Amino acid sequence: MIKLVYLIPLLPLIGFVIIGLFGKTFSKGLIGIIGCGSILGAFALSLGIFFELIGQTEKSITIDLFSWITAGKLSIPFSFLIDPLSSLFLLIITGVGFLIHLYSTGYMSHDEGFYRFFAYLNLFIFFMLLLVLGSNYLIMFVGWEGVGLCSYLLIGFWFKNTAYNNAAKKAFIMNRIGDLGFLLGIILIYVTFGSISYHDVFMQAKNFSTGNPVLTAITLLLFVGAMGKSAQLPLYTWLPDAMAGPTPVSALIHAATMVTAGIYMIARSNILYTLAPFSMEVVAVVGVCTALFAATIGLAQNDIKKVLAYSTVSQLGYMFLALGVGAYTGAVFHVMTHAFFKALLFLGAGSVIHAMGGEQDIRSMGGLKKYLPITHLTFLLGTLAIVGFPGFSGFFSKDEILAHAYEHNKVLWFLGILTAAMTTFYMFRLYFLTFKGDFRGTHDQEHHLHESPKSMTIPLIVLAILSVIGGFIGIPKVLGGTHFLDHFLKPVFEDSSFRMVHHLSEGTELMLMAVAISVMGISLYYAFTTYVKNKTLPAPESEELKPIHKLVYKKYWIDEIYSTVITKPLNFISEGLYKVIDNELIDAIVNGIGSLIKWKSSKIRLIQNGNIGFYIFVMVISIVLILFTRLI
Amino acid sequence: MITTYLFGFLSFLAIMFALMVVLSKNPVHSVLYLVLTFFTIAGHYVLLNAQFLAAVHVIVYAGAIMVLFLFVIMLLNLNEETEPHKSVWLKASATVAAGLLLVVLVGSLKGAETIVATNKFDPNIGLIENLGKSLFTDFLLPFEVSSILLLVAMVGAVLLGKKSIK
Amino acid sequence: MSAIEVVPLNWYLMLSTILFTIGVLGVLFRRNAIIIFMSIELMLNAVNLLLVAFSSYLSDSKGQVFVFFIMAVAAAEVAVGLAILMMVYRNTKSSDINVLNKLKW
Repeated sequence: MIKLVYLIPLLPLIGFVIIGLFGKTFSKGLIGIIGCGSILGAFALSLGIFFELIGQTEKSITIDLFSWITAGKLSIPFSFLIDPLSSLFLLIITGVGFLIHLYSTGYMSHDEGFYRFFAYLNLFIFFMLLLVLGSNYLIMFVGWEGVGLCSYLLIGFWFKNTAYNNAAKKAFIMNRIGDLGFLLGIILIYVTFGSISYHDVFMQAKNFSTGNPVLTAITLLLFVGAMGKSAQLPLYTWLPDAMAGPTPVSALIHAATMVTAGIYMIARSNILYTLAPFSMEVVAVVGVCTALFAATIGLAQNDIKKVLAYSTVSQLGYMFLALGVGAYTGAVFHVMTHAFFKALLFLGAGSVIHAMGGEQDIRSMGGLKKYLPITHLTFLLGTLAIVGFPGFSGFFSKDEILAHAYEHNKVLWFLGILTAAMTTFYMFRLYFLTFKGDFRGTHDQEHHLHESPKSMTIPLIVLAILSVIGGFIGIPKVLGGTHFLDHFLKPVFEDSSFRMVHHLSEGTELMLMAVAISVMGISLYYAFTTYVKNKTLPAPESEELKPIHKLVYKKYWIDEIYSTVITKPLNFISEGLYKVIDNELIDAIVNGIGSLIKWKSSKIRLIQNGNIGFYIFVMVISIVLILFTRLI
Repeated sequence: MITTYLFGFLSFLAIMFALMVVLSKNPVHSVLYLVLTFFTIAGHYVLLNAQFLAAVHVIVYAGAIMVLFLFVIMLLNLNEETEPHKSVWLKASATVAAGLLLVVLVGSLKGAETIVATNKFDPNIGLIENLGKSLFTDFLLPFEVSSILLLVAMVGAVLLGKKSIK
Repeated sequence: MSAIEVVPLNWYLMLSTILFTIGVLGVLFRRNAIIIFMSIELMLNAVNLLLVAFSSYLSDSKGQVFVFFIMAVAAAEVAVGLAILMMVYRNTKSSDINVLNKLKW
């Protein structure tokens, strides 16, 4: 089965080519079958590889496909690496990807760009699989750029809307900043190790001493890449805007898969990070700050997708916190559970938006429980999972991260708990305002309300089940589990294990869980009293808000600050350069050369005087000169 | 010994007649001097054991081509009076250029290796029998193609020579 | 007794070089198109002489076959060339090449 790994990215690529080239003439049903079928095939193969990997002792297999780049000493094969980490990501990408494809057949059924959508989605899956399968940094980079491209295409999917196009451009440019860091990191890796394949680099890295400045530089540069792709401070602003794309896209790319590429990259390079403690600190601090910062913004947003977007940023911050404190397994665990419940929440939100006829403002919703029973139930399960309700998947992964954070630094832990409390508050605020109370929309919308078709509800149900049980593969020892995931991923993180010694006592661990649960409970109660008992509603757009509330509602004016501090001066300088350097200097030089040659040639062409005798004379002289040079 | 003298004599005549071709003022004289030059070259061919070529050379060049030239010159009624002249300094520069060319050519060829009396010579290659064999075996295709060339040239000359082309 | 046994090849080289240069001189020296044409024939014959010399000295008949072909081509060339000169004369009433200077810039 492992020999067939090349089929996994190939299937979505074939799907993309077929749909992209001929999709216009196909019926929607056929496009849906090709789109979903290719991903389902990839998922089946991933599943086979996953179980084969569990069964065998050899945990890291490199499959060489062909020689890709050979230039001098640099030789880069196009090869795939199968190990527990990549196979887990394969499962997440193809599994969640398939469900979202299925959902899209229902969600996008009325859209005229149906075939385009599926082509892009398949292309995205292809690049994402390339990203996680590659056995060297360059293939990862290709996938990295490819998913960025697909993200751009899909955010701007409804390209007739200028605001959406701007959001797409913003995402692309923000990502480019990070990509530059990543690229520099790869170059530095090549310069340092003379190779960019994971195997060689990690083997050599073991010989470096801890805290080596070169490793610190490499890891920081890679982290800049991760910042862009995974929407961390200060490069996070594109992600909330990326919600301009269709909701399945938000679920797949901007919640479940692409944005976790940064976590994958750092988890993959865990040895380098372990040997660079300073970078670890940076990752942890940036992560926790992002988590907290995005959570506060999420508290006051009124757009259902914006809340989820900030929640995603916040959860990604959580994952980086986990990476920063050395809990690589915890981070990957959280990537997985987050993929389940965040995809579920987004799809649920999509179902709500579908029912509301495009309305996204939670102030116009309310009481949807009785109209959308399946959506309501699955959304509730997703919410419980994300807030870490005991027994749900989010509980286990979040708990593991917090335990490691506590062990590492109490302040990080406290900020994490604070974030968790806020997460609980805004998620339940979202849930209560959407599904509880009375309907606040227009009369027309109320008539229009309907439960979504089966193609949309089935993915919701499957994801809801996964959100509930997904955590059981990582039950910690204190709760009587075996932590299967920890064992499974051990080969990948083995070399970093000297820094991940787990010396928390069982009592402390249980105490941390209790604290987390009680904080969540308090926060839940507070949200309940505010939005269900007292029926408080978020202030309408016209009302003047209190300063702090306004600050948060306006997202700390970060976009405006970026615009004033970076974009506008940049535009100003560019315009100046355009007017002075480009128009006055460069154009003058170019045009000057042109007119000089024109003038000269008007003189020189007079040599062509039509006198044959003269031509012959010149010819003879030339022959003499040529022979003369031969003589010398 | 006599062959060496013969070579010197023929060479001297060839160069003299060639110079007269260029320098004589009357075009008709030029043609006649050229015919003489060709005869001396035919003599050289005989010296080189290329008897067949010598005969063909006299027939084709002296007999056919030069007569054609003569016809054209007489047909156009060119003589000393109608002859256009270049200015003196143009003539001087032409001479200098040609002289330079000579110097350079001789300079380039001076170093050429001489192969006299080192090989066993075959005196029979210039005979019509050997040439014919070569012509009709190795060079059969070029030989046939050259007949087409002559046909084309004939058609072209007729077409160009017609009174008016409408 | 043939010249091959007593005359060095270099002498033939020099002779044909001189004849060739005289041909070039003629082209440069004269303005009459027919004389220029004749000078070209002279150059052609200088080359022919050299080919025959090499052929004899190397005992290889290919050179002489080549001369044979050159003669055929020269005959064709002269026929067409003289026809063109006739046309030129008919149109310009002159055989001066300096009259033919319309083909420029």
